[in-house]
Amino acid sequence: MTAQVESELETETEELTVREAIRQAMREELERDEDVFLIGEDIGVFGGVLEVTGDLYEDFGPERIKDTPISEAGFMGAATGAAATGTRPVVELMFSDFTGVAMEQIMNQMAKMRYMFGGKAEMPVTVRTTEGGGMGAASQHSGTVHSWIAHFPGLKAVAPGTAASAKGLTKAAIRSNDPVFVFENKMIYEQRGAVPTDEDFTIPIGEAAVEREGEDVTVVATQRLVGESLETAENMADDTSVEVIDPRSLYPLDIDTIVESVKKTGRLIVADESPLSYGTHAEIVARVQEEAFFSLDAPIQRVGTPDTHIPFSPPLEQEVLPSGDDVREAIQRVT
Amino acid sequence: MADFDLESQDGRLEALRRMVTIRAFDEEAGDRFADGEIPGFVHLYIGEEAVGVGTCAALKPDDYIASTHRGHGHCIAKGLDPKYMMAELYGKADGYCNGKGGSMHIADVDAGMLGANGIVGAGPPMATGAALSIDYQDRDQIAVGFLGDGAVAQGQVHEAINIAATWDLPAVFVIENNHYGEGTPVENQHNLDNLSDTAQAYDIPGLTIDGMDITAVAEAVSEARDRARAGDGPTIVEAETYRYRGHYEGDEEPYRDDAEIERWQERDPIESFRDRLIDRGELTVEEFDELQADIEADIDAAVEYAQDAPAPDAHEAYEDMFAEMPPEIERFASAARTDGGRPGGDR
Ligand SMILES: Cc1ncc(C[n+]2csc(CCOP(=O)(O)OP(=O)(O)O)c2C)c(N)n1
Ligand SMILES: [Mg+2]
Repeated sequence: MTAQVESELETETEELTVREAIRQAMREELERDEDVFLIGEDIGVFGGVLEVTGDLYEDFGPERIKDTPISEAGFMGAATGAAATGTRPVVELMFSDFTGVAMEQIMNQMAKMRYMFGGKAEMPVTVRTTEGGGMGAASQHSGTVHSWIAHFPGLKAVAPGTAASAKGLTKAAIRSNDPVFVFENKMIYEQRGAVPTDEDFTIPIGEAAVEREGEDVTVVATQRLVGESLETAENMADDTSVEVIDPRSLYPLDIDTIVESVKKTGRLIVADESPLSYGTHAEIVARVQEEAFFSLDAPIQRVGTPDTHIPFSPPLEQEVLPSGDDVREAIQRVT
Repeated sequence: MADFDLESQDGRLEALRRMVTIRAFDEEAGDRFADGEIPGFVHLYIGEEAVGVGTCAALKPDDYIASTHRGHGHCIAKGLDPKYMMAELYGKADGYCNGKGGSMHIADVDAGMLGANGIVGAGPPMATGAALSIDYQDRDQIAVGFLGDGAVAQGQVHEAINIAATWDLPAVFVIENNHYGEGTPVENQHNLDNLSDTAQAYDIPGLTIDGMDITAVAEAVSEARDRARAGDGPTIVEAETYRYRGHYEGDEEPYRDDAEIERWQERDPIESFRDRLIDRGELTVEEFDELQADIEADIDAAVEYAQDAPAPDAHEAYEDMFAEMPPEIERFASAARTDGGRPGGDR
């Protein structure tokens, strides 16, 4: 285990779900910094459609937990303008599938202001949004779009796979002076894990975590696939020693941790729920071959959604969604 | 209250000075663009000076404005220095944005100027956001969002005004109705005669005023400002105005004739205000000519400054993407810092 993971484990922890961890992160940051406020649709009394903001409204009231009209472009733009003028908005974009509705504000304002103005604008805005299939929410509420954001210059993208990283990344995002998107996979909100209780626990954006050490093959997995890959690794432990890395940040990407692992194992699986073509998988593969080409003993394998939308019918949904079984099969193909 | 206003003689002279400065700046910018010295797109504000200056006459220095693609006039009205503005148009290191914004993104956030904007309709959400910060932190400021008549058709404009109205934010939306969006006349873009009638949809005040008359603009915006500052929410002010030049420099203007332009020029905002000040005995013709000559000399000096200013260093292209440079970009930046160019090889 890396030094960093060890030190995380040594700190005092409590068991939380991913949902509770994110809410706790927001609660602590709201308490710590008066300039922080939450803004989004039905995040107040209603508590958020996926119940992430929950009871924060009871403690912080309508001034700090702001329910907006159903105006993704309007409130994304307002959050951008607010961030440039002295406050620290935390936006909830109900489903990541609605990113397109607000994309102009994201790509032409939020992402570009600091640069276009020669560094003379701060952009401390956080955008939390939910991704992923698995609950029968059908094509317009199940997508995984983080590759778009990670691809777009001027935006940071993080995607927690555990309760601890959900808390640490959310807090780091809120404290950052850059626009940070936090991609929450909706299928792991109930996943439990040990979360440091220290109110200053954050996970630096751009640091991967080695979640399990192994010798034979490296699995770089994100979001829901972190837990499923760990389970797969455990199940295969008698035959194959699997190292599992959660990059946690998609941009910037901690390529060093991944490359170090591939140099040791010589084999790489990249598992991410986004569509397979032109995306997150491709980026990791490209960078690994740049830096560890001669350490590779087998072709790199990708596990993801096979360029379809997420269908409604549960058996069809399971057909296209990547899983721990797909990770196992990929490992078996190269070991 | 404002750093200049139309209540005092000094303020009126300052307003006149700013209007003349805008015109001189933009005429020069047009010429330098024609000479090929200024790259990209330039959208000139000539003819519309009373709107920007009249609006800013109602503002305090720390109030915010969010501008449009036609932003030079807003900058000067807000007090930005033509020297660094011209350097920005020239893409020089000394420009307001280190040369990385240019005409369409010129900004000075510290001066409350939240940027010209290359996206039609993007100013109002920015103003709503600034008003949200002001409201959230209980600050004694307001935010003005400028937009064109064409921008009124944008969805994000509606969303931004609706949020500001619903939350009683201290914002003012100033529609600069110059009667065209590029080459399309306003009546072919909207079903309303008065664009300020959109205010009814938000149950906020909306008024249409003569945008060629700086006094009318300043009065309307002052009232809107007082309402905003009192916590009563935004106002829509539609200023009827006209651009004398093409949509951008190089526009051949097949959509209108000279007679139409001349009709508007008869009510020129600078000449009419100048004449009023002369009638009131606040200014003589000689003083005006002197003022104009001084300003033209300043603008010539600004051009010379911009021409001589250094270009940005190559590594500047890699700066300011984030608060701190990520490793993905650092590799290019460090190569540019050492040998002034891109690194060889792959990434
Ligand atoms: C979203 C978007 N669509 C189209 C354009 C191209 N465009 C630039 S200016 C302009 C006309 C804008 O008209 P108006 O809002 O009336 O402003 P004016 O140019 O008259 O000041 C258009 C269509 C753009 N920059 N952004
Ligand atoms: Mg127009």
